[in-house]
Amino acid sequence: MTAPAIAARPALRSALKGVLPLVALLLLVLLSLATGKFAVPVADVARILWTKLLGLPSTLDPTAQIVVLQVRLPRVLASLVVGAALAAAGSTYQGLFRNPLVSPDILGVSAGASLGAVLGIYLSLPVGAIQLLAFAGGSLAVGAVYAVGLAMRRHDPVLTLVLAGVAIGAVLGSAISLLKVLADPYNQLPAITYWLLGSLASVTLGDVGAILPAMLLGLLPLVLFAWRMNLMSLGEEEARALGVETRLLRPLFIAAATLVTAAAVSVTGVIGWIGLIIPHVARLIVGPDFRRLLPASLLMGAGYLLAVDLVARTIAPIEVPLGILTALIGAPFFLWLLANAKRSWA
Amino acid sequence: MNLLVRDLAFGHGARTIGEGIGFDLRAGEVLGLLGPNGGGKTTLFKTILGLIPAKAGRITLDGEDVARWSRARFARSVAYVPQAHAASFPFRVQDVVLMGRASRLGAFAVPGRADEAIAADALATLGIGHLAERSYTEISGGERQLVLIARALAGEPRFLVMDEPTASLDFGNQARLLDQVRHLSRRGIGIVLSTHDPDHAFLCHRVALLHEGRLLALGPPEEAVTPETLRLLYGVEVAIVPLPGEGRFVCTPVLAR
Repeated sequence: MTAPAIAARPALRSALKGVLPLVALLLLVLLSLATGKFAVPVADVARILWTKLLGLPSTLDPTAQIVVLQVRLPRVLASLVVGAALAAAGSTYQGLFRNPLVSPDILGVSAGASLGAVLGIYLSLPVGAIQLLAFAGGSLAVGAVYAVGLAMRRHDPVLTLVLAGVAIGAVLGSAISLLKVLADPYNQLPAITYWLLGSLASVTLGDVGAILPAMLLGLLPLVLFAWRMNLMSLGEEEARALGVETRLLRPLFIAAATLVTAAAVSVTGVIGWIGLIIPHVARLIVGPDFRRLLPASLLMGAGYLLAVDLVARTIAPIEVPLGILTALIGAPFFLWLLANAKRSWA
Repeated sequence: MNLLVRDLAFGHGARTIGEGIGFDLRAGEVLGLLGPNGGGKTTLFKTILGLIPAKAGRITLDGEDVARWSRARFARSVAYVPQAHAASFPFRVQDVVLMGRASRLGAFAVPGRADEAIAADALATLGIGHLAERSYTEISGGERQLVLIARALAGEPRFLVMDEPTASLDFGNQARLLDQVRHLSRRGIGIVLSTHDPDHAFLCHRVALLHEGRLLALGPPEEAVTPETLRLLYGVEVAIVPLPGEGRFVCTPVLAR
């Protein structure tokens, strides 16, 4: 073997490492677009997408085109965006709170955002306003949990954080229940209930377009300061001693992750556990460096939610709400993490 | 080049733990801080580092008040070596050491080849180059302490603040660490370190004794560390005996018969 060939191998391998997951995700997207009550061959799906992208006239079955482009495509795009967002938020919270077992759910962000969004539905507000309320609710919840954590520094910080999240989540849950009792049982209540279980069934391309700016805005600081995020995971004092302005970065990161979570929650409802499991699995594969962990979480989160949504809409004659499936998969995994955690947790 | 602490008062929240603390640290000097458990050594260090707001007093570097300096500017001059601890995430040792470059990089910058070379140098200086690829969570407490020193050195500071660097180490690792401290001071780095062990005080150029929030004594070890001051500090009788051929002293408690 010649010397250049040997030198090229690691470069080739790292290129493959980057490309292979993308190819796998693309195949999963094609499979998702093809599968359902009205099955479309994968080759036709590819052709429909291709002609649409190039703006060519298509000779394919118009029904197949409608199913792929108007029924399934919005859903596939939404699951990619939401899955990626929840996983990115989870990996951010885990780094900031220095614990691989926290997530948007445990910190009360999801519950807070839910309360905001349910309030929006209750008041029959437009999507943009529901998003704003979801963001406000999520921020207030994570702020409250964090404040309780700071106030009780004497206790074990992780335990305090988790218990504060549980307590504040319960308060938010009771407020949500109150709104459900007050809501119109024929118009609003079914919408609220279905939404609380999490679903991509009624997502439109407009919804995806509406949350995309918030998602990108939230991801921007995470990408820009990805290396600094590694230092944040050392804890407040060590990061500051190393020259990091944590008093600027910490609120920025929390706001970014909360924005991304709230945007996701505002269109799909509560889809739990992704923000906990995916970052953890991603860390097992690529290690804790946030510069690799963030893209890995984004990719795996997108693929995971896409796969779960595919199962949700094909496993039974009626559609299974997503939140039910993600919890069914996520909770046992969480218990497995607890049992195998190297460091004592409480 | 000196770090000057003048009339410093420190504490947590409303509670003042100590006051009237003053000393200076010159390039290449090792200053040992001796004091009982819970006496506020760590709080004093964190106050000097600006991690806890000072209740009174000033800290200057080469005559310039550091109160308004950015975190990065201060970190470029004074690095902190915390007590070795368990990490939350399994970063590789070389990545941990690279984090020491943060104060030398712009906000959006990431470490490059030059930074990696400096990090590798820091590991080599401490004789732990072989740990570079290992996970920080899998190495021993003594190795972690050395990695944290390497991380501090990677920022190319002029002063090191080391919080009980020998506390979690066994006998052999303590000796090796003190060797490293001496080696670093010969390279011109000013070091202030806290310790439990009065024997270590005799390896320092000067010693400060922290007693009930004030400096009981400050000076060369032979003058500051006496049976009287140690009795005040620890509440036990101590014998201080010369070590033949070494030109220094060792301390040992005198037990009741």
